[in-house]
This record gives sequence, C-alpha cells and structure tokens, in this order.
Amino acid sequence: MAKVVFPDHLLQQTGGTQETTVEATNFRGVLRALEQLWPGIEETLQKTAVAIDGQIYQDAWLEPVRPDSDIYFMQRIEGG
Amino acid sequence: MSRVHVTLSVNGEPREMLCEAHQSLLDALRDELGMTGTKEGCATGDCGACSVLADGRLVCSCLMLGVEAEGMDITTIEGIAQGSELHVVQRKFLEAAALQCGICTPGFIVAAKALLDQNPNPDETTIRYWLAGNLCRCTGYDKIVRAVQDAAQELAYEA
Amino acid sequence: MAEAHDYKAIGTRPVRPDGVDKVTGRANFGADLNLPNMLHGKMLRSPHAHARIKRVDVSRALAMDGVYAACSGGDFPTNERTTDLAKNCMARDKALYHGHAVAAVAARTPYIAERALDLIEVEYEPLAPVLDVDAAMADGAVLVDENLRTNGDASKPPSNVAAIVKFERGDVEQGFAEADVVVEVDCRVPTAHQGYIEPHACTATINEEGEATVWCCTQGHFDVRSLTANVLGKSVGEIKVIPSEIGGGFGGKTIIYLEPIAVKLSEMSGRPVKMVMTREEVFRATGPTSATHCRAKVGAKRDGKITAASAWLAYEAGAFAGAPVGPGCMSILAPYDLEHFSIEGHDVLVNKPKVAAYRAPGAPQAMHAMESAIDDLARELGMDPIDLRLKNSADEGTQAPYGPVFPAIGFRKCLEATKAHPNYTKPKAEGTGRGVAAGFWFNIGMQSSAEARLSEDGTVTVVEGNPDIGGSRASMCLMAAETLGVPYETVRTHVGDTESTGFCNVTGGSRTTFATGLAVVQACEDIIAQCKQRAAATWDVDVEQVDWADGQAIPKPGVNVDANPLSLRDIAKNAGRTGGPILGRASVNAQGAGASFSVNFADVKVDRETGKIDVLSFTGIQDAGTAIHPAYVEGQMQGGAVQGLGWALNEEYIYDENGVMENAGFLDYRVPVASDMPMIDTQIIEVPNPSHPYGVRGVGETPIVAPLAATSNAARDALGFRIADLPLSPPRVLEAIDNQADA
Ligand code: FES
Ligand code: FES
Repeated sequence: MAKVVFPDHLLQQTGGTQETTVEATNFRGVLRALEQLWPGIEETLQKTAVAIDGQIYQDAWLEPVRPDSDIYFMQRIEGG
Repeated sequence: MSRVHVTLSVNGEPREMLCEAHQSLLDALRDELGMTGTKEGCATGDCGACSVLADGRLVCSCLMLGVEAEGMDITTIEGIAQGSELHVVQRKFLEAAALQCGICTPGFIVAAKALLDQNPNPDETTIRYWLAGNLCRCTGYDKIVRAVQDAAQELAYEA
Repeated sequence: MAEAHDYKAIGTRPVRPDGVDKVTGRANFGADLNLPNMLHGKMLRSPHAHARIKRVDVSRALAMDGVYAACSGGDFPTNERTTDLAKNCMARDKALYHGHAVAAVAARTPYIAERALDLIEVEYEPLAPVLDVDAAMADGAVLVDENLRTNGDASKPPSNVAAIVKFERGDVEQGFAEADVVVEVDCRVPTAHQGYIEPHACTATINEEGEATVWCCTQGHFDVRSLTANVLGKSVGEIKVIPSEIGGGFGGKTIIYLEPIAVKLSEMSGRPVKMVMTREEVFRATGPTSATHCRAKVGAKRDGKITAASAWLAYEAGAFAGAPVGPGCMSILAPYDLEHFSIEGHDVLVNKPKVAAYRAPGAPQAMHAMESAIDDLARELGMDPIDLRLKNSADEGTQAPYGPVFPAIGFRKCLEATKAHPNYTKPKAEGTGRGVAAGFWFNIGMQSSAEARLSEDGTVTVVEGNPDIGGSRASMCLMAAETLGVPYETVRTHVGDTESTGFCNVTGGSRTTFATGLAVVQACEDIIAQCKQRAAATWDVDVEQVDWADGQAIPKPGVNVDANPLSLRDIAKNAGRTGGPILGRASVNAQGAGASFSVNFADVKVDRETGKIDVLSFTGIQDAGTAIHPAYVEGQMQGGAVQGLGWALNEEYIYDENGVMENAGFLDYRVPVASDMPMIDTQIIEVPNPSHPYGVRGVGETPIVAPLAATSNAARDALGFRIADLPLSPPRVLEAIDNQADA
C-alpha cells in the first residue's frame, strides 16, 4: 500500500488525518481511493501539486504508483 | 484641434509631420512618423528608453515636444546602423548578450553611441554614470557596460 | 546522456536569432502595433483604496466628440463563477484599491480618451481601507471581502486571512530545548514591483461573428486567451492571441489587465482598440509582490548542528486572495536538512493592488528572514557562515521541508565553490562588511508544444509558443542544433501565436528552457526518426539499419549498403520524392524540473554620514544544471541579483494613510541604475538535472532570492548591528545609526 501524506492545511478535509495508505497502481487510482474516504476531496487535490517518490508533479493522473511509494500533496508552484 | 506643421530631418532624411501642440517628440516619432524603434518606458524622463539625438545631443524624446524639433536633426535607433552595416555598439551588444528582453536596448545604444562619439575611451565609472539615465531591469547592467567597453576598445584599435 | 564537454552547440555563446531586430529598433513590442481606423482606450481608476461603487454613468463621456465606446463593470458577465481576475480587470460593486479599474473609454486619440474619462460619473461610498498585514489580521479589522473565510471554512467568521498553511516535522519545542544557542529575527519586507521597462499594452479587434484577435506583450498568450475568454464569457476558440516581443515581465505579465477591456471596447465601437498603460498605472494597478512580515527562529548546538527552526509568515495578497505564501513556506528552509521545524504562513487581504508573480514568488521575503537568522546564528556560534550551512545543508536524499526527497541537487557544490571563490577568500577591505546568503527555487515543468519543420534546403524552423523574454530563441536553436547535429546557424526559432503552434504554459517559473526545450528536443528527434526512414527507403534497407550522427543518416556498422551518408540537407532536398515534407512534433507535460540552489555574497560599505550603502562587489554562485547558452544564464543571474539588490536597498511602495501610493514613478520608486552597481560576478555550477535530456534545470528565478539577505547580512557586518527590515535605504540606515548611538 502506498503512503499518502497531506499538508496541514488540508487536514480540515481529511478530518485531521495526516497520513494514510491506499491501494492503487497509478495516481488517478490514488485520487479515486481518497475520494472514497473523503467525498469531495478529489476536487481540492486536483488543484494541488503532488510529489510521488520525490518527483514533483503538477498534473499526474497517469504516473505509476508502487506499493511502497511515498505520496506527498503540496501547494502548486507557479513562477515569475 | 489645430495641428502644427513641423519640418525636420530624421536620420538624415528630410521629413514633415503634423503634431498636436502638446505631443511629445516621442509620440510624434512613433505615431506620426511610424518610427516605433524609440520606446516609451515612463514618459517622464526617468528611464531613457526614448533616447534620441537632437542635433547630436542626447535627449529623452518624451521630454521634448514634437514642435520643438522644428529644423532639427534627429537621430533615432533606426539611424544608427549604416546601410547594412551595424554600428560597433550594436554589434558588441549582440556579441556580449547585453540585451535580454530588448526594450531598453534602443535607448542604451543611442546613449552609448553618443558617449563614444564624444569620449572614445571612457573608463567603467564614466560609462556607468553616462548610462545612469537609462534603466534596464533585465541585465543588471554588467553585460551592457562590458559591451560598451568592448566597443570602445574596437574603436581604439581601428583608430 | 553525453558529458557536457562532448556537446557541439550547447554551452556556446552565439548571437541570438532575434538580436539584430532588437538592436536596430525593428522588433515590435506591445505598444508598437497600429491598425487602420484604430481607437485608443483609456481606463478610469478608483481614487479610493476601498469604496462601494453605487453608480457608474458613462453617458456624458460617450456623448463627447471623438468618443466611440465606454464600458464599466456592468458590461461584463457577473455571476458566482466570476473570477477574482475578472473583478480585478474591472471592478464590480466595490473598488478594492486605489487605481482599481472602474470604467473605460475608447476614442479617436489618446488625448480625447483621457479627457473623456473626466466625464464619467462614478458615485462612491468610501470605506476605511486596511493597509497592512498586522492591521488586517487584528481583531475587528475592516474586511476587504465580507464573504471570505480562512481556508474556506464556513464555520469560521469572515476574515482577511484567506488561507493559513503549515508545514511541520518532528517536535520543534524539543528541538529548541536541545539547542545551546537560539536566535530570532522579526522583519518586514516592503512591496516591490517587477519594474519591467515596457508598460502593459495590447490592441484588440473583434468581428461581427464574435471572433477576436488580440496583440499584446505577455509571458503567455495561451493564458491570455483563456483568461480573456473567461472574463468575457466567450469560448477559447473565439479568441486568437498574437504575442508581440515582450519588454520584461518577471512574472508580472503572466496575467491580464487590459485585454478583455480592449476587446469589449472594440465590440462596442466596431473598430480596433489599442490600450497602453502609463508607468503610473503600471505601479498603481499591476502586480507588485507581497509586502511581508516574517519571524524566523533557529537554534543550534555549539558545534553548529541546527536542532530546530520555526517561521511565521504573513504575506499581503492585495485585494484578492493569492499571496505566494505557500512557496514562501516551502522554500524558507529548503537548503537545510532538519529534524524539527514548524512553518506557518498567512495569505492576507489588504486594500492594495492584487499581487502578481515576481521572480521566485514568495521566496525572497521568506528567505530574507531565515537567512538573516542563520547569519546571526553563525555570529553567535563564532562560525564561518558557509561552514554553518555546510554542516546543515540539504543534499541528494534529504527530505525537503515540503515533503519530497531531493534528487541530485547542487547546494553543497555552491557552498564549496563559495569557500574557494577568490572574492570570498580575499580579505574584506577596511571598513566594509561582507554578507552571505543561500537561495533556492523549485522550478517548474508543465505543458509545452513544439514543431520542428525541415525546409527544402535543409534548414530547420522551430515553432513554439513561449514568448522570448531573455534569449530563449537562442537556447531552443542550440538544443535543436545539438539534437539534429547541425550548425546553430541553420536553425531558426519562431514564437507562434495561439493558432500557429500547440499549447504552451507561460514563460515563467524558469520552465521555458526546461519544458519547452524538452518539447523542441523531442520534435527534433521526431525529425531524425523520419529522416532515418527516408534514408532507409532510399537505400532500400530496414530503418533499424540506419543510424543518425553529425547531422546525417549513415548505415549502421556492418550494414552492407553501397551508399554515401545522407545529410539533413540531402534528405530535405528529396523529401518530396520520399514521402512529402518532414515535420517533427512533440507535446509534453514536463515533470522533474530540478531545484536550483544558490549562494550569494556581497561586500558593502556604509556611509555613516548619509546612511547610503554602496555595494562594492557581488558574487552569485548557482546550480543551473547544464547551461545551454552560458551568457544568458549569467545574464539571468546578474539581472536577478540587481533586482534583489534594488529591493534590499531602495525599492518600496510608499503609501499614505488613505492607501494612495506616493511614489508611483521611476523617479521616486528607485530601481538600480548603472552607476549604483558594480559588475556582478557569476559562477555557474552545473549539476545536470536527470529529468532533462541535456540536464537543464532552469535558472531565472533563483537569482533574486538570496540578494536580500546577503545585503542585509553584509550591512550587519559593516554596521555591527542588524537592521532587520528592508529596504536599507539611507533614511532607515541613518535613523538606525542614530538610535544605536543614542542607546
Ligand atoms: S520614456 Fe522617456 S525617459 Fe522614459
Ligand atoms: S534588456 Fe530588458 S530592460 Fe534591458
């Protein structure tokens, strides 16, 4: 099961859960699984960036997720 | 609105234009003569993007009225190259990567040429103070100053 | 991947392809387009920093001779989906800052338009403005937006705090308890403006079928298209955006101000409309960056090991939510490997212009606070500031404070290079101060498209969609030439409009060379694949038997073909006979932009009579990944450094008590001029980014991050005490010197 970690400002939507594990083979699957747990969270997470095993993605539906992957949601980065 | 008929020379060519009395030389060049090489960054004399030579003197064209140019010889960025031959300052700006966005470049080139015309061998401090009326927000001035130094060196070598 | 020294094109410094047009005045920038029958638009702006708009009446303006159109908030769709950006382009029921657009006219000349503005009647009900983060966060503060709740939490009362973000690890209390030394810095950084020399400008025309064309100076014409469509309630397909050359942006031209207004005025008048901002409008109404109030605290053992760090950040967002406090929080401790920390950031509304991205948005202010604290810590410990950073530095494998684990990064290399740098080993001159600081930026990838078109004579035209703000055409040509194995001079890069090239995100976030570069490389690889097929067909062999080297198709070793290599030129010449034109294409959503770290140091001298600080030397050392065109990489480093120095030493928005900016011009908002600055020494560290075929990281953002703290630390060194707030302008420095003498 892949490990999922939320930043503090999303805890409101996860009822305080900071860390969880999900079963999925790609990031789209992670989002689906989290939506099951906390309905409505997918919309927020779509606007969030994510780091999967250290690599930061702004949009990552099809990125593969391994059973031992670390998934960190984080703020989107823009730039000047 | 009554417009004023102005006769002048621009880059060695006789030109005529109809200016509104309050129109700056910058606006007149750009809007009446269609010469958009001279840029506007502030219209208040603070950025130098509008630099031109008026009878050989470096001026901010945004601070001069079009009607004041009557009978004058105006040199703009469009007149710095000779035919298909770039001026040495233009060439050195390219070689030294002295422009990033390029909006300040026409003003700097006109100003730098004016400097070298009257002082072919300026030191770094002189260059920096001479160009202090021209703002560049991209380059941090380093490569601009070096381009002018390079141009001076080449001129000295040719002389 | 080939080693850097194997490259033929990459790493050279050729003249940029658009250069000659830019040194001769031929290049067309935002304000340079004129169309037949064109009108000139002007904006009426709010004289109040905060006011309800009771009524707008444009009829008297419209009746004026030479005026052809006028509009105000009521002419734009307003519903629950109306974005903040739309309300920023044209106020609806409230004016939220001094300079907020409330109406616009289009007239035959700019002068007529200007005078027509006086005839527009607006009835305001002035409200008290809220003007800084401390006031905005205080109990009972006036609300900028009565419907705003922190983090969207409907159970909370309305607030000016749009969001609170937090990052924590370990037990920060315990970490501070373990420390032998703890230092704290509390500082304010003022609002600064990107200060691009070219004011915003656009020209728009729309036909009777509702198809609009917009010419403008922008960092991203695809974004202009979608944002303009959104404000006008049109579909993206109805709008074509043609980017002009752009005279600087630094993030400030990633959003829109004029475009939908110009389209609306064109629709109303049936004529093209041009709108150009004055410099004053640029200052009053376009994207400055956040003024901030930050506290940074850091504790360490005697040996320099940091045991804990914490930070509290409050960023002004301007009139709408969206200060870059998130990236501020995420960057503030990025250079360090820490067990215990906590970071809390606040996105705070005030009655000032909506902030826009400015080069590494959010990072300079945050890192100014923490890098000042780290400097104080080094002093307390009696350690060299570089050694202190080396002892705690992040490296490959370190978990970043914002979550992920760093791949290969160049921070340690930057620190080591600093220690060895002649400017650093050289003793500082008598009476001067030296300051060091670290910088960081994430860099971003995102979406890009590119085409590479092979012409019949073997030259190549690359078409991509990122406006060239600082030499990117040259970088694209270099990467294309390298990939194809042809001379730089045979490749040209063209920036296509929204109809002539595929989608590209903005030029910003240091993504162009990385992401669009990746698309260009892949488009060229597509050409190579097709050329190999054409060669295989010509030689009557299998495509597997063809190699590509040095710009030509050659048979693989051992393949028995009686044929000469086919150059790109040969293949191009015969393309018609072998299947038609050759066109390479690629579109990417580039991932894996590599973080770029830096170390900067400055030597300064303080004039104790006047309070003026002179920068005697400045050195920027940065991991750029592979430098494609080193001169433009140095240029980014030098330009960013001087912007940072300007912010540290002089630049600030000065407001009166009514929220009116008092220095809205280059005379009083003083950006550095040539005579203020020394040469800016640079050293490019090249730790290739594993996610890019040539190792590009992106360089443009990081250079502005460290100069604030480096200058502040140098001034601390020279003065013998710290002035925490910026800018270190003569009046502030003089006052601090006087106070110090009194104490
Ligand atoms: S436009 Fe004339 S000095 Fe700025
Ligand atoms: S190159 Fe952009 S302002 Fe000078």
